[in-house]
Amino acid sequence: MMLILKHLLVVFGVLAAALSASAGLVWLERRLLGLWQDRYGPNRVGPFGLLQVAADGLKMFFKEDWVPPFADKPVFILAPVLALITALLAFAVIPFTAEIMVADLNIGLLFFLAIVSLGVYGVALGGWSSNNKYALIGAVRGVAQMLSYEVFMGLSLMGVVLLTGSFNLREIVLAQQNMWFCIPQFPGLLIFMIAGFAETHRMPFDLPEAESELVAGYHTEYSGMKFGLFFVGEYLGITMTSAMIVTLFFGGWLGPVLPPLVWFAGKTLVFICLFILVRATLPRPRYDQLMAFAWKVFLPLSLLNLVITGAVVVAGR
Amino acid sequence: MEITETVSIHIDGKPYQAQTGRNLLEACLALGFDVPHFCWHPALGSVGACRQCAVKRFRDENDQGGEIIMACMTPVTPGLRISIHDPEVLRFRAAVIEWLMINHPHDCPVCDEGGECHLQDMTVMTGHTRREYRFRKRTHRNQYLGPFIHHEMNRCIQCYRCVRFYRNIAGGRDLNVFGAHDHVYFGRHQDGVLESEFSGNLVEICPTGTFTDKTQKAHNTRIWDLQTAPSICVHCGLGCNTLPGERYGQLRRVRNRYHHEINGYFLCDRGRFGYEFVNSDKRLRTPLYRPERNIAQREMRLEELFQQAVLRLKNPGTIMGIGSPRASLEANYALRSLVGPENFYAGVTADEHALLELARTILTQGPARAVSVQEAARSDAVLVLGEDLTQTAPLLALALGGLGYQKAVAQARKVQLPAWDDAAVRQFGQEAKPALFIATPQPTRLDQAARTCVRAAPHEIAALGLAVQAELSKDSAAAPEAPEALAPDIAQALAKSERPLIVTGTSLGSPAMVQAAADIARALCRLGKSVGLICCVPECNSMGLALLQAKNLSAAFQKASEGRVDTVIVLENDLYRRAPAQAVDAFLQKAGAVMVLDHLRTPTSLKADMVIPVATFAQTSGTLVNNEGRAQRFHAVFPADETIPEAFRLLVELKQAAFGQGRPHLRPVLEDQRLELSRAFPVFSGLAEPLPSLAQPAPGGKVPRQSMGYSGRTAIHAAVSVHEPKPPHDPDAPLAFSMEGYEGQPPPELITHYHAPGWNSVQALLKYQSIAGGPLKGGSYGRRLFLQAPAAQSDFFEKLPPAIDLKAAERLLVPLHHLFGSEELSMAAPAVAQLAPLPYLALNPEDPLAEEGREVLLTVAEQTLCLKVKVMPGLCRGVAGLPMGLAGIPVVALPAQVVLTKGDAT
Amino acid sequence: MTNKESLTVLSILQGLWTILQHTFRKRETVQYPEEKLYLPPRFRGRIILSRDPDGGERCVACHLCSSVCPVDCIALQAAEDETGRRYPAFFRINFSRCILCGFCEEACPTAAIQLTPDFEMAEYRRENLVYEKEDLLISGPGKYPGYNFYKVAGLSIGGKDKGEGENEDPPVDVHGLLP
Repeated sequence: MMLILKHLLVVFGVLAAALSASAGLVWLERRLLGLWQDRYGPNRVGPFGLLQVAADGLKMFFKEDWVPPFADKPVFILAPVLALITALLAFAVIPFTAEIMVADLNIGLLFFLAIVSLGVYGVALGGWSSNNKYALIGAVRGVAQMLSYEVFMGLSLMGVVLLTGSFNLREIVLAQQNMWFCIPQFPGLLIFMIAGFAETHRMPFDLPEAESELVAGYHTEYSGMKFGLFFVGEYLGITMTSAMIVTLFFGGWLGPVLPPLVWFAGKTLVFICLFILVRATLPRPRYDQLMAFAWKVFLPLSLLNLVITGAVVVAGR
Repeated sequence: MEITETVSIHIDGKPYQAQTGRNLLEACLALGFDVPHFCWHPALGSVGACRQCAVKRFRDENDQGGEIIMACMTPVTPGLRISIHDPEVLRFRAAVIEWLMINHPHDCPVCDEGGECHLQDMTVMTGHTRREYRFRKRTHRNQYLGPFIHHEMNRCIQCYRCVRFYRNIAGGRDLNVFGAHDHVYFGRHQDGVLESEFSGNLVEICPTGTFTDKTQKAHNTRIWDLQTAPSICVHCGLGCNTLPGERYGQLRRVRNRYHHEINGYFLCDRGRFGYEFVNSDKRLRTPLYRPERNIAQREMRLEELFQQAVLRLKNPGTIMGIGSPRASLEANYALRSLVGPENFYAGVTADEHALLELARTILTQGPARAVSVQEAARSDAVLVLGEDLTQTAPLLALALGGLGYQKAVAQARKVQLPAWDDAAVRQFGQEAKPALFIATPQPTRLDQAARTCVRAAPHEIAALGLAVQAELSKDSAAAPEAPEALAPDIAQALAKSERPLIVTGTSLGSPAMVQAAADIARALCRLGKSVGLICCVPECNSMGLALLQAKNLSAAFQKASEGRVDTVIVLENDLYRRAPAQAVDAFLQKAGAVMVLDHLRTPTSLKADMVIPVATFAQTSGTLVNNEGRAQRFHAVFPADETIPEAFRLLVELKQAAFGQGRPHLRPVLEDQRLELSRAFPVFSGLAEPLPSLAQPAPGGKVPRQSMGYSGRTAIHAAVSVHEPKPPHDPDAPLAFSMEGYEGQPPPELITHYHAPGWNSVQALLKYQSIAGGPLKGGSYGRRLFLQAPAAQSDFFEKLPPAIDLKAAERLLVPLHHLFGSEELSMAAPAVAQLAPLPYLALNPEDPLAEEGREVLLTVAEQTLCLKVKVMPGLCRGVAGLPMGLAGIPVVALPAQVVLTKGDAT
Repeated sequence: MTNKESLTVLSILQGLWTILQHTFRKRETVQYPEEKLYLPPRFRGRIILSRDPDGGERCVACHLCSSVCPVDCIALQAAEDETGRRYPAFFRINFSRCILCGFCEEACPTAAIQLTPDFEMAEYRRENLVYEKEDLLISGPGKYPGYNFYKVAGLSIGGKDKGEGENEDPPVDVHGLLP
C-alpha cells in the first residue's frame, strides 16, 4: 500500500515538477535573454516579474481557441496533445535520485530514444492538419530535421552504453561514481547536445518555426491553449534534454555534501541556462547547412566515437 | 478658316508633327512639353511680353550655337529645329523668373491663389528654388474693386493678362495699366466697383494672386481641399459649365469648367458669384407644417411631414403639380408622374409659356439651326433683336463682343499676320467694325462692339425684323414701315455673310419679335445660307420645361377657380415672381393644401401648408436643357443633408408611399427617371443612355470628386465622433465622394478638377485639350436635342404686330433686365445683392418727367407704384423701362401702356 | 575537419563567451515611469501651435500642414480678422491618428506648428485625443524665438501698413511722373 502511495507521489511529483519547471523556464528564458542583451526582461508583474508567467498563462487561457475552418479538425486538436504527451512521457525514465524515478526500466535509454522519436508526430500532424502552406513547410522541415538528428543522437549515446554495459539509466549514473562520462565520452556529449538542440528545435535549429520565413512554422494556425501546449511541450523538451545530459554525462544526482536531488536540479539548471545562452548567441543556419551538418559531419563523428570507444573497451578487457 | 497643314519639326533632336497656323508654344504644349509661359493664354493670344517661353532655335542640324527665341512669337514652320532643354535656355528661363520674382512678396501662405498659382508652378518648373535678391522690395497700395475681386497689387508680375482680358475680351474700360518701369500699376483710376460683368474671370486669368475671388476669400479654402463635381450654371439659360467647390458642407466657390462650345474659358459674374445662395441664411433648412390655414407654420421632422404628405396625397381629389424652369428635368418629370400629366402645369405664365413654346417650335422645326455660344462667336454677321445680351445671356454678349477681333483676324490673314499674334492683329484691325446690329429699347453694354444700334420699342423691333425679312425676300411690298431706314443695310450685311446669326429672346415679352427673327432666319435659309438662330430663355431649364409640353400657370389658376383642387405641389418655384400677387393669393386660397418644395424661403413658401426644403443644384444631380436645346447633366458637388432631400428622390418616394406604384428597385432613381422621361417624350430619347463611365466602369472605379491632396479626412468629423464615417455613396453619378477612384483623365464631362504633374493652376486645362483652346480630349458632350434635319419649306409667320398708339402722358412700359438683381437665386448671394440696383423707372432724357430722382406714380396691374426716375440716355423715346425681378417691383405683363404722373412732393 | 570549420567552432565558443560576459554589463533599459529620459528639443512629440514674438498667433491657416499630413489628421479653417490678418478659425488635430512624423512642422512656412519633447498623451477615451486650437496653442514662440511671418510678408495687416515690413520700400505713388 505504502509502495503504491509512494509511486503515486513520485509520479505526480515528477509531473508537477516538470510542468512547473517548464513554466518557470518561460520566465527564466526571458529574464536571461534580457540579462545577456543588457535589458531587464519582464520585471513589472510581481517580484522580479515572476507573475508574468501567471499573466501569460491567464492570457493564453482566455484567448479565443480558434480552429480554422479549413483545418482537419480532429488531427488539428490531437497534434498539440501529442506534442505535450511525448515530452512528458520521457520524464518517466529519468532518475532524479537513486530512489526518485517513475520507472526503473532496464531499457530506459532506449525508451527515451523511442519517445523522443514519437515527438515528431506532434510537429508533423500539427503542420499538416493546419492546411496552411507555411505550417506544412514548417512540419516538413521539422520531420526531416528530427529524423536526421535522431540517427546519430542514438549513436552518440552508444559510447556511454558501451562503457556502462547497460541501458538502465540508474546504472549509467552509478557507473559514473569515479569519473563522469563527459570526460571519456566528450565527443559523444557534444554530438548529443547538438542533436538535443535539433530535436527540441530550439535556436539555432528552430527552422520548423522560423518566424522570419514561415510566420510561425507548424503552429502558425494555433492559438489559445492549443498553442500553449506546443509552447509547454517545447520547454519540457529543454528540461528533459538537460536532464538527460546530466544523467548520461555529468553523473546525475552524484555529488558531495548536498542532497542528491539538489545536485541533480542544479546540474540540470546549468544546462538549461546553456540552452538559453546558445539561443542568445547563435543565428539560425540555412536548412541545407543543417542537413549537411547532420549527415556529413555528425554521423561520421558519432560512428568514429563509437568505434574508438568500442576499441578501448575491448582493449581494456 | 485658315488652312493648316501638318509639318515635321525637330525638338531636342527628335522629329515631331505640328500644325502650321499655330505658334510654337502652342505646338510644344500640344506635344506634351512643359514650356513655362505667363502672358500667353489660349483665349488672349501672344504678345511676347514676359520672355518666359524662351526656346532655342537652330538653323540646321549642324548649328551648334542656336539663338534664343520666344516660342509664343514664332510660327510653326516646316523643318523647324528647336531645343527646349538646352542648358543656356534653361538658365535664361530661370533668370527670367528670378527677375519676375524680385518684387513678388513672400506671402504665399496667406495668398488665396496658393496651391493653384501659375507663378508657383512656373517657378518650380524653371528650377528657380532660391532667392538671391537681398534688397528692398517695391510695394503698392491695393484698391477696392467691389464685392467680387480682391486686389493685392504687390503680387503682380506685370504680365498684362488682366488688362488684355478686361479691355480686349470683356470690353471693359475701367481697368488699365498706369505708371512706368518699376512702378507699373494695374487697377482702376480710383477705388470702385469694377464695371465689367465679366470681372470674375480676372481671378482665373491672373497667373498670380493679384486678383483673387473675394467671396472665396471670405471662406478661404485651398484648391486641394475642395470637393468638386461637374455642374451647370443655374443663373441663366445658356447652360455654362461650372466647377463648384465644397468644403465643410459649404459651397466655397465656382470656377469655370471648360466647354469649347458654350462658355469656353469664361463665366459671367452672376454665374461665378451667385453660388452663395446655397449657403444663404435665406435657405429653408427645416420642414414646416401647419394643419390649418390660419395658424402659424411650425417645424416638423421630415419623416413626420412625409407621412402627413402621404396622407394628404391619398385623399381623393385633384392633386395639382406646378413645375419650375429652375428645377431639373428629372425633378419636373417626377412631379409630373406623381400628379399625372393632365395635372402637371409648367410654373410659368401664359405669356412666357407662349414665348417658350414659340422658341421651341422655331428651334425644333428649323430651318435655322440652334447654335452654341462659341459657334455664335465665329459668325460674320449678327442681328440682335430686342435682347440686352449682357444682362440676360452674358456669355453670348462676351462671344459677340469678340466679333470685331474675328474680323480683324480675317483681314490680317490677308497680309500674312497669324491669328495668334494678338497685339499685331489688334493694331492692324482696329478700325474693323463687325457686322453686328443691335435693336433694343435701351442702350446695352454690347453697343460699343456693334456697327449699328437701333433704339426702338418692342413692336418696332419686330417691324424692323420683318422689314429685313422682306428685304431679304426681295418682297419690298410686304415691308412694313421700319423705325429707321436700316433694314436694307442689315439685310445686305446678312446676305453677304457666310455664317449669319440671328439672336433674339424672350426677355422683352414680344412674340412678334421672336417670330420676326425666325422669319429673317428662314429668309436667309431660302437664300441658301447656313443661318444660326439663338433664342435666349430666362432660366436654366426654361427650354427643358417647354419640352415637357405642360399647360401654363394661368391654366392652373383657371382650373383652381373652377373647382376645388385638393392639393397643390409647387416644385422649386416662387409663384409670386410669376404672376400678380392677387392671382396667386386667390389660387393658394382655393387649394385645399399647398405643399412647397424649395431651397429658399420664398413668399410662396410662407403661404404653404407643408414646406419641404430640398437640395440645391450643389447637392443633387439632374439634367438641364439650355437655350440651344442642349441637355447637360450636373452632378451633386456634395451629398444632400439628411433633412434636406433631393427633390426628384422625394417626389418618387412620395409617389411610391402614396400610391404604392413601387418602382422595381433595379436602377438608381435618377436613371429610372431618365428612362421614363425618354419613353414619354421622344425628344429626350438619348437622355437615358448612361454616361460612358457608368456603362463601362473604368478600371479604377468612379471618378473621385476630391483631389489627391484632400486633407483632414480623419480630423474633420473627429470633434463629433472619432470614428471616421464611410464615404457617402452616390448611386446617381459615376463620381465618388472620395479621394479614391479612377486615376487619370476621366471622360470630358466628368472632369472634376484640372491637374497635371507640375500644373496645379487652372492652366492644367492645357493637358486636357489636344490643342490649346480646342475641344477637350474625348470630344464634345451634352446632348443636343434639336439636331434633327430641319424642314426647309416652313412658312413665314409674317405677323406684323399692331401699332401702338400712345396717348399723352402714356408710355410704353418695357422690362429691363439686370445681371445682378433680375435673377431670383443669385439675389440670395450677398455679393450679388450688393450690386443690384434699387427699384427705379428709366426714362429718356427728353421725357418731360425725366429728372433724376424724381418720384413718379404709375398704375400697372391694378397696383399703383411710386418709383424714382433714372434718366437713361439712349432709351427709346416714349418708352419707360421697369427693372424686372427687383424687390418692390410687382409682376406685371409687359410691354404695357401706362400713364405716368408726378408723385407727391412728399 | 578543415581549418576553416575549426575556426567556425572556435568562433561559436567565442560568441558564447562574449554573450556570457554581458551578464555583468550595465543594462541599457531606462525604468521609464520612475526614471525619465532626456528628450532633445527637436524630439517629435506632441504638436503645439506657437505665437510670434509679439504674442500674435503664428498660424496663418495656409493649410500646408493638413495637406502634407500622411494620415490626414489635421483639419482647419482659415478666417481673417478686420485688419486682414489671417488665423485659423478652428484647428483640430486628431492625435489618435497622428503618427508624429513631423511633416507638418517641416511644411509650416511660419514656424507655427512645432513638435515638442512630450509624448505622454495616452488616454482611455479616443475622444480625448482630439485636440482643438485651445489645446494646441501655447503662449510662446517655441523653438524659433525671433521669427515673425507678417514682418516679412508683403501683406498689410493691423499695425503694419504696406511698405513697413522688413526690406520693403514705401508704397509706389502711382500718380508720380518721375522715373
